[in-house]
Amino acid sequence: MRIFLFSLLFPACVFLMFSCGEKPADTIKLGVAGAHSGDLASYGIPSVRAAQLVVKKINAAGGVLGKQVELLIEDDACKPEIAGNTATKLISDGADVVLGHICSGATKAALGFYKDAGMVCMSPSATNPDLTFSGEYPNFFRTIANDAAQARLQVDFAVNVLKVKKVAILHDKGDYGKGAAELARGYFEDAGVQVILFEGITTGTVDYSAIVIKVNSLNPDAVIWGGYHPEASKIVTLMRKKNMDTPFIGPDGVKDATFISVAGEYAEGVYATGPVDISTNPMAILAGKEYQDAFGEEPGAFFDQAYAATLCLLNAIEKAGSTDYSAIVKSLHTHLTDTPFGKIKFDEKGDAIGVEFAVYKVENGVFTEHK
Amino acid sequence: MNPEYLTALILGGLTRGSIYALIALGYTMVYGIIQLINFAHGEIYMIGAFTGLIVSTVLTMHGMPGFGVVFFAAAAAIIYACCYGYTLEKIAYKPLRHAPRLSVLISAIGMSLFFQNYVLLAQTSNFLPFPGLIPDFEFWKPYSHVMSATELVIIVTTAIVMVLLTLLIKFTRIGKAMRATSQDKIMASLLGINVNQIISITFIVGSATAAIGGLLIASHTGQINAYMGFLVGIKAFVAAVLGGIGSIPGAVLGAFVLGLSESVFTGYVSSDYEDVFAFLILVLILIFRPSGILGRDQTQKV
Amino acid sequence: MNMPVLNEIKKSLIAAIWFMFLTFPIMVIKVNTITRTIDWRWKNMMYTGIGAFFLSAVWRYMLRRKEKNQNALEKEGLSIVQKILQVKTFSIPATVLLLIFAIVFPHLFSMHQTNIMISALIYVMLGLGLNIVVGLAGLLDLGYVAFFAVGAYAYALLNLHFGLGFWTVLPVGGFLGAVFGILLGYPVLRLRGDYLAIVTLGFGEIIRIILENWNEFSFGPAGIANIPKPELFGLDLSLSAKTIYLYYIIVLLVIFTVFVINRLTDSRIGRAWIALKDDEIACQAMGIDKAKTKLRAFALGATWAGMGGVVFAAKTAFINPASFTIWESVIILCTVVAGGMGSIVGVICGALLLILLPEYLRDFGQFRMITFGAVLVLMMVFRPGGMIENVRRTYQFKTGETNDIHS
Repeated sequence: MRIFLFSLLFPACVFLMFSCGEKPADTIKLGVAGAHSGDLASYGIPSVRAAQLVVKKINAAGGVLGKQVELLIEDDACKPEIAGNTATKLISDGADVVLGHICSGATKAALGFYKDAGMVCMSPSATNPDLTFSGEYPNFFRTIANDAAQARLQVDFAVNVLKVKKVAILHDKGDYGKGAAELARGYFEDAGVQVILFEGITTGTVDYSAIVIKVNSLNPDAVIWGGYHPEASKIVTLMRKKNMDTPFIGPDGVKDATFISVAGEYAEGVYATGPVDISTNPMAILAGKEYQDAFGEEPGAFFDQAYAATLCLLNAIEKAGSTDYSAIVKSLHTHLTDTPFGKIKFDEKGDAIGVEFAVYKVENGVFTEHK
Repeated sequence: MNPEYLTALILGGLTRGSIYALIALGYTMVYGIIQLINFAHGEIYMIGAFTGLIVSTVLTMHGMPGFGVVFFAAAAAIIYACCYGYTLEKIAYKPLRHAPRLSVLISAIGMSLFFQNYVLLAQTSNFLPFPGLIPDFEFWKPYSHVMSATELVIIVTTAIVMVLLTLLIKFTRIGKAMRATSQDKIMASLLGINVNQIISITFIVGSATAAIGGLLIASHTGQINAYMGFLVGIKAFVAAVLGGIGSIPGAVLGAFVLGLSESVFTGYVSSDYEDVFAFLILVLILIFRPSGILGRDQTQKV
Repeated sequence: MNMPVLNEIKKSLIAAIWFMFLTFPIMVIKVNTITRTIDWRWKNMMYTGIGAFFLSAVWRYMLRRKEKNQNALEKEGLSIVQKILQVKTFSIPATVLLLIFAIVFPHLFSMHQTNIMISALIYVMLGLGLNIVVGLAGLLDLGYVAFFAVGAYAYALLNLHFGLGFWTVLPVGGFLGAVFGILLGYPVLRLRGDYLAIVTLGFGEIIRIILENWNEFSFGPAGIANIPKPELFGLDLSLSAKTIYLYYIIVLLVIFTVFVINRLTDSRIGRAWIALKDDEIACQAMGIDKAKTKLRAFALGATWAGMGGVVFAAKTAFINPASFTIWESVIILCTVVAGGMGSIVGVICGALLLILLPEYLRDFGQFRMITFGAVLVLMMVFRPGGMIENVRRTYQFKTGETNDIHS
């Protein structure tokens, strides 16, 4: 009975599938996707606020193409399986361009959807090299340097400045951490440096003494870390407590004030790469002040990148003269936008030209740029 | 490799084993009495650590000397963990005493989620630095490169807690009542034992050990966050099962087997597959001894 | 005022004071360890007190009601929902209505809603599969997500390396799931109860860790992207059309699952599972091969997870090991137990509720997960058998007649 009914209704529905129409838009809709809840919320919220600040300013000045800009804010909790839902939500709500996502994994999951729907997506924080290098996502752009550039910088620094001959590489088995560690391993091997250990640790374990003892017995010239700061501080603390003064080099996941506050005195001398210091750029100063006035606290992670990305996206629409996909893409490649990072445009892969990383060292409890 | 390396790995494994043991004790005690996997036990451990951090920071800022801070912070952490354990049992487990066992398990999972997010909302989602409550003892300085003072304190405390627990269970009236309750609740209540009270006491004692564990581990790793309890809880549970769940010496033995094998495996093979090795050991031991190393074989009756 | 009311107020007051004390350090004090300042949030204490005062009264009232209901139930035998489900004149039109709703759903709501519904229906399938292992055969499996991962990776990898399509991999995924089910089932045949639970949990973790570490095989934590959605006669569909097509596929699969499991329950194997759950020794004495029966449960349960995994990979288009953590196993187990172990309708309701609830609780933002935890506890406390408890078939012997079957 039910099978009979269903077999009648099913073909009818398949044809109904083609009948989905789209509504005309009277505003420019900017989707903002990223982690706004959960344990990685602190990475996502500043980008929402950046978009809000920029859009408020632009709307007050008459909007884009004479239309007001509307924000569509969607949470993906940095989970790939949720990011797909978030992407379809933004697509069905009629977003024109998307600022996001925050985490590389979630971005990868969402990009396929945007690509099919013909939408430009610009991330302030997804650093996975594949996103631009693979060439699979012509609709993807980012205002942060990628992990390959970062690993390159780390390796050059370790080889040229620290003069290392053999290194140990540890990572957290995560998307970001292991990816960064593998890139570093490749560059080290190219540079003729011996990688004597390449191992993943289990995050959340109570005690890393076994791996630290192992690193100690191999006696490397430097320890390269791929991952975030909570594990990094545990490992550094243990290393220093066991009287190991081996240099420790981390990626931008370590360059966080929490790292110093948690590791305390043991953080001294740790190297980490991170986006170049832009604290002297007048636009960055202004953006920071706007944030202070509006939310009463210091801007958080990836705020400047998100601020720049919002400006680039809206400027591209303005320059393109429409919200047409290929026009926006072309405009992003050709027109310069004034951002906190200076005037930037995007190369053919989608990486921002002129946004770079620098090496920092913890000195007296703060990250200072190592020249 | 050289024997010094092996010694260092074994000492590291002992520390890790002690940490697992402190938490596994709570699991195994609760299991012994009401045959429940107390999924929220890891969260009690986390709350203990948070209370310790809050109290110690407040006291330090009011200028209390180091020793007093340690004492009061530890006392507050243990007392609060006990209260949370007691309340947890009253809310999530007591109304389910006659329900299917899986329902109680789901209730425990719900409580675990609740506690995690309660601390997350009321405090922070970030990592917080935990003060080193344990000083670097002068007399231990010469050996500190082999084993830090904190690690020493962890191992010693675990030993003390285990001895105290064994004494409590073997030689006191409460211990006797606990053993009776675990064997047969109905018979125990017929003999005038207040079964509900004994269950509450078990939760309180288990929570106290978890709080001690929480404090020690937090000062060992130097940081805490709201999710710290979950993974450790799972590992401790594995340890408890490995040793034979319900048996107190079994939990400690299982914890040391787990800690040592993980440490040595990481040292000689690879930390990539550390957890895989831990679980394989578990499967192997359970294949040959289906009730764990020290677990009693339960004869099944029809 | 009479005594019971006074008594209630006294009890509520005690509860309020107790909770104010209990939540004091965590709710009231907030220390900032960097700037070394303390924030005393006394207001929170007040809210806790007021909240605890009233909630504890409601709590006690509900507990009393539950007890009363239970006594009533024991006399009557079945709850209203269960009775309604058994009335054929009601249940058949209801099923038809539900089906029609399921069919028009993607045309009534946006693509986003359809997408969420696909996720929920995948969990329905997983729940039904786990229900075989946990609900029918009584084997507590905490590593069920491993089979889900096997299915998802089967589709992603077979598609990547050999270009196999969705329809080819769907049965392959199911088959691989079954193979892994037997692989897991074989060594743990002797284990019971919680020992089984922890070993299956370990199995799930082992699969995930291998996927994380073995880059050459699974591409490690970077995952696999661009997994294609199923094709429809080679037509070039738009994204929304593809989503709707996938929705119909999963609806069909769920119906197929329900049909198969329904038949299984009534079969020789199903009866053997139930017997095994109730009493292993008696079951053996009846001549049932314990080992075979258990392995069948593991294999048949895992099949659905494998197929669900294939659909999941097609739906998200990107998979990495982070999607297959132990939490997923726990959530699937929750859907089975909260829905009502062994009951098909119950498991469906449980999965829909537990997966859709967090989605629609989005607006609560940060209070989402705490609410979810509380809902789980409350559901178990007040309905320990799940939303819709399974009704066991009973055979009544009436003198003078042939056996009358109440099912």
